[in-house]
Amino acid sequence: MSNNLQTFTKGLVKENPILVLLLGCCPTLATTTSAINGMSMGLATTFVLVLSNIFISLLKGFIPDKVRIPCFIVVIASFVTLVQLLMQAYVPDIYETLGLFIPLIVVNCIVLGRAEAFASKNPVFPSLLDGLGMGLGFTLALTLLGCIREFLGSGSIFGLTILPETANILVFILPPGAFICLGFVIAIVNKLKKESH
Amino acid sequence: MKYLIIILSTILVNNVIFSQFLGICPFLGTSKKTSTAVGMSAAVIFVLTLATLVTWLTNRYILIPLNLTFLQTIAFILIIAALVQMVEIILKKISPALYTALGVFLPLITTNCAVLGVSLTVVTKEFNYGGVAHMLSLGESIVYAVGIALGFSMALIIFAGIREHIDLMEPPKGMKGTPIALITAGILALAFMGFTGIV
Repeated sequence: MSNNLQTFTKGLVKENPILVLLLGCCPTLATTTSAINGMSMGLATTFVLVLSNIFISLLKGFIPDKVRIPCFIVVIASFVTLVQLLMQAYVPDIYETLGLFIPLIVVNCIVLGRAEAFASKNPVFPSLLDGLGMGLGFTLALTLLGCIREFLGSGSIFGLTILPETANILVFILPPGAFICLGFVIAIVNKLKKESH
Repeated sequence: MKYLIIILSTILVNNVIFSQFLGICPFLGTSKKTSTAVGMSAAVIFVLTLATLVTWLTNRYILIPLNLTFLQTIAFILIIAALVQMVEIILKKISPALYTALGVFLPLITTNCAVLGVSLTVVTKEFNYGGVAHMLSLGESIVYAVGIALGFSMALIIFAGIREHIDLMEPPKGMKGTPIALITAGILALAFMGFTGIV
């Protein structure tokens, strides 16, 4: 049981896909203009990650080793299409904002990375936990970045206005702000990591 | 004139890295040395153009007539993966020199989101070049892809040049490596914002 718990929690902090492993940078930079956008992107990715991990773990006995990568991509792409259609139907506004980055979950390194490194070697239940942990870690990092950028750029968090409009630093919700903000957050994480050792 | 506008807007105004955020992983991963940056750029120019040509034709002559456009994501990623594999095999046979130069970068390109991103953009988004909003024709799509690839190369090579200099500096301890690189990229992106509005 403690092993399963570890499988789940490692993605949240110790091996956080963005802040520590630096995988999946494109959606991280592009969709964190506000907390809610970052969170939606994170949850969509988590959904794909959990389902593809479960399926790949179930199919691992049937997939020939030599063509495993194309097979993984087909499984992942099918779930991405599913998410795309579901979001288009139920949350069209968010789908519109996230745009191209929903289909691009297919090429997100985290999803293929977990399929190759974990789900193709482990039973179903741990694979599910691994996908969920990594997905939530991704969501957490995206929401954090979204909060910081939204607070600095538009003076609000999750749409709740905190600072008056005159205090907004517009550049933080524009592309350069994404790079600078992620740079500082990773620097702080590095510093904390060094202190805890 | 129309083609010139597309090229200028994709290279400078809507630069793939600094304003669209596509292909950040290879941008950060292969920019440690100028020589690797040049290799990666050449591979991207080659594959991106070819992939856009093939996916555009597939979409127009297979997916649209059969009403299967919802399969775009799956179809395109498979085409790109197969194409990269094929380019690798052909290059190995006909030009071993080019293969040794580009070889290591080719497999990485399958998961480069710029390739899938551009293929999907040119068939789904309406553009406004020359006054009216319309879907891109084959010629315009190819020019768009070449422009994006050139924009990617330019950003990557400039960035690699700067990173080589950063290596000689002493940034604060926590800032070493990725953080300082990201902040540099942010400042570069800020510079590129100056091009907004020229076309």
